[in-house]
Amino acid sequence: MSQRNETIETGNLMHGAEHKHDDHHHHDEDDGASHSTFKGYMTGFVLSVILTAIPFWLVMTGFFESSNTTAFVILGFAAVQIVVHMIYFLHMNARSEEGWNMLALIFTVVLVVITLAGSLWVMFHLNANMMPTMHDMQNML
Amino acid sequence: MKSPKLNLTEPVCLLNMSNATAISHPGSVEAPEKLRFYVPEEHHPKNGTLLGFWLYLMSDCLIFACLFAMYGVLGRSYAAGPSGADLFDLSLIAVSTSMLLLSSITYGFAMLEMQRKRVNATLLWLGLTGVLGAAFIGLEIYEFAHLIHLGAVPQRSAFLSSFFVLVGTHGLHVVFGLIWLIVLMLQVKKHGFIIENRRRLFCLSMFWHFLDVVWIGVFTFVYLMGVLP
Repeated sequence: MSQRNETIETGNLMHGAEHKHDDHHHHDEDDGASHSTFKGYMTGFVLSVILTAIPFWLVMTGFFESSNTTAFVILGFAAVQIVVHMIYFLHMNARSEEGWNMLALIFTVVLVVITLAGSLWVMFHLNANMMPTMHDMQNML
Repeated sequence: MKSPKLNLTEPVCLLNMSNATAISHPGSVEAPEKLRFYVPEEHHPKNGTLLGFWLYLMSDCLIFACLFAMYGVLGRSYAAGPSGADLFDLSLIAVSTSMLLLSSITYGFAMLEMQRKRVNATLLWLGLTGVLGAAFIGLEIYEFAHLIHLGAVPQRSAFLSSFFVLVGTHGLHVVFGLIWLIVLMLQVKKHGFIIENRRRLFCLSMFWHFLDVVWIGVFTFVYLMGVLP
């Protein structure tokens, strides 16, 4: 969006076609790796180190009493770190490949969420409802 | 100063365009040439590879989603065997995690050197990436060998089967990434930064960073959550 505004600002009142061409040219150049910068990589790296170190520290020191709290907190850190990697290392944005990268990513995320949440949900209920109880197990032994 | 200008120019630009179409459409002949709302030639075929590779990564992501779902379902079925808390050595995992994270940043530096067209510096960073990746794989093989030595083999329980499949699949990806890395280093050494090599390096960059993303899921979901009481 900012890139587009810039183009509009520099080439005042361009014609539609020229405008599109200019935008397009720019896009061509910064595809490949050219929008990776030292600063971007270092930001991503420092954030990743912090977001990795904290969950390890939480688990290894047993910071929280309850396992569930720890699990939710470290899953949260993992989610944030995945976003950090996507932005700073994989250079995800809504513009690359004219939005197709982002579209494919969103589609995949939806499928991943359905796969994970669906499996865990269904199998948890299956376990809860169909597994023999402790009492049955003792009878079986 | 800046933002009012932006807010003004954009509507003006749009207005101008719509006026131009409205007026020029019935009238002049040259106007349709200036106003093109389609791309006349096929554009950037070279980037088709990058999009295609991204789609491959997304489908790979679905494979890992299935393996994670399997581990999520079976990860606590110990069959009276050892649990994650008995087996996992978190300090070892912390070391291998930092190896993979460091290899991500060294690959990033290799890409930056590629932008500056410095072949030797790129090869140096790529080599360092390879060494760190190999160290990661070495630690993983050591861990697997240790587990098998303890009798915690994949056949022991559903937990161990799903653990070995999930972590092993990731490790296999890293091994193939390493092979690709070595082949690419030879290619770059021989041919320099031709367009094909730049494209391949960029694809491997996506692959390598993607593996690091998957590893975030592995160390959180398998190792850290596995040792929780």
